Amino acid sequence: MKKEAFIERVLLFLALSSISTLLLITVFIFLEGLPLMAHVGLKKFLLSSHWAPTKGHFGILAMIISSILVTLGAMVLGVPLGLACAIVLAEFSPEKVKTLLKPTLELLAGIPSVVYGFLGVVWLVPLIRNHLGGPGLSLLAGAIILGIMILPTIISISIDALSAVPDLYRDGSIALGATEWQTVRRVVLPAARSGIITAIILGMGRAVGETMAVIMVAGNALKIPHSILDPVRTLTSNIALELAYASGRHREALFATGIVLFVIIVILNLTATFITRRR
Amino acid sequence: MRLDPRIFQVFVKAGLWLLTGFTLLILVFIIVTISIKGLPQVTPSFLLQEPHDMGRTGGIFSTIVATAYITLLAILLASPLGVGSAIYLTEYTREGWITRIIRFGAECLAGVPSIILGLFGFVLFVMKLGFGWSILSGGLSLAIMLLPIIIRTSEEAIKAVPPEYRLVCFSLGLSKWQTITRIVLPCALPGITTGIMLSVGRSLGETAVLLFTAGAALRTPVSLFDSGRTMAVHFYILAREGISMPNAYGTAAILMISILLINVVAYSLMQRLMKRYT
Repeated sequence: MKKEAFIERVLLFLALSSISTLLLITVFIFLEGLPLMAHVGLKKFLLSSHWAPTKGHFGILAMIISSILVTLGAMVLGVPLGLACAIVLAEFSPEKVKTLLKPTLELLAGIPSVVYGFLGVVWLVPLIRNHLGGPGLSLLAGAIILGIMILPTIISISIDALSAVPDLYRDGSIALGATEWQTVRRVVLPAARSGIITAIILGMGRAVGETMAVIMVAGNALKIPHSILDPVRTLTSNIALELAYASGRHREALFATGIVLFVIIVILNLTATFITRRR
Repeated sequence: MRLDPRIFQVFVKAGLWLLTGFTLLILVFIIVTISIKGLPQVTPSFLLQEPHDMGRTGGIFSTIVATAYITLLAILLASPLGVGSAIYLTEYTREGWITRIIRFGAECLAGVPSIILGLFGFVLFVMKLGFGWSILSGGLSLAIMLLPIIIRTSEEAIKAVPPEYRLVCFSLGLSKWQTITRIVLPCALPGITTGIMLSVGRSLGETAVLLFTAGAALRTPVSLFDSGRTMAVHFYILAREGISMPNAYGTAAILMISILLINVVAYSLMQRLMKRYT
């Protein structure tokens, strides 16, 4: 009996590893980044777009705006495309097609972000440069690549949400004379709404946090973009581009950038958890 | 003027299928492009030679070794933690505040962007603990990323084992731990293997975490404290600095194909497990 109790203790200890790691990450990122925020002032840090860390200017507004714009752009592409796939797979395809297509589309999640970035540089960037103008490395390129990268997240969570809607709802609607599409549009989608919103929010989290692909295709220029063809530097790119050689205040500033990113992600995740739980 | 809903539906369905087809096309395009340009580069000597001249010539042997070491270390660290968490969540507790906290932790960890894990690994393992840019720092940081994947898949696998199995064990006088080790875990093994395989896939493709924890040294690592450049990091550096396009394509092809194969096998394993019990 004593052995069993001991084993339970050990397992509880193991189970607490993820939450304690999460706490550890939070503590370390904040410990490293907060001194700089205090030194510069939160307002100046967040609302100035003058970033010259070696000269003592630490404003990340341009990067915050770029991150938001790239993410919204990714949503414009990723949400309709992902939802269309999810609806087709969950509602309009025979079981055999579904069991084949779903894992196939999930393969998109396995392709490394550097490969997405690389293909972006080799194919997409020249395409944008030659047909739309500008340097090619741009907000638009970043948004398109991210839009593709978030597809697996949106598709698989939306499919789960749609499949969770009881067949009784569909049968009732069809029995009343509605077409399949009317049923999906008026009955199934509203019933699966919270799951689909969760899918979109988690997709946003993916897009905000993605680093390597964005560095490769978005151009990394340090200014607030005026058009979708302007090059942009996101919060994540900023950290990844400068961490290798930063020291002192500069390094602290990168951790402070990390804090902002972290807070955005936590807010998105909490919203997703909240929406799922309310159901 | 209103379109007949039945005709309207035909258009909508066609549109939706078109979008799905487009998505599939993107996937096919990625796989075909990388394979066509990359596979011709992949020769035995490309795999078995050390890179020379920053990777401009020679092969990618040292990056394969570094990738293998880091992945192995991360898996060895994350699997006991992940599987242990899953056993605790499924077998030892009822749903309550403690499971909620544990699940919340795992979910949040899954959402933490890899660059943040890179920052964390950099400050804790590389700087504070003094491991430097090394296989050890890289493996530790990567393990954090794998933990949620292993927890989720193991939990799913353990839950798929029918509760009757456990009742039979208890009625035969087995203790809880005996039931778990002799019956539940062996039954759930294919699912747990799936989680571990998916983790290997993730490790192979990961760049942002490792760039700042394992470094980018091109020598073949021989100890835990050596820096090691993984295949994904090597590919990133080759492509970004324009060192060698053919070698970049070759590395990408090996990476992508091995990841896709691993994912396909892992998925079919899980499917088989689910089919057996439901």
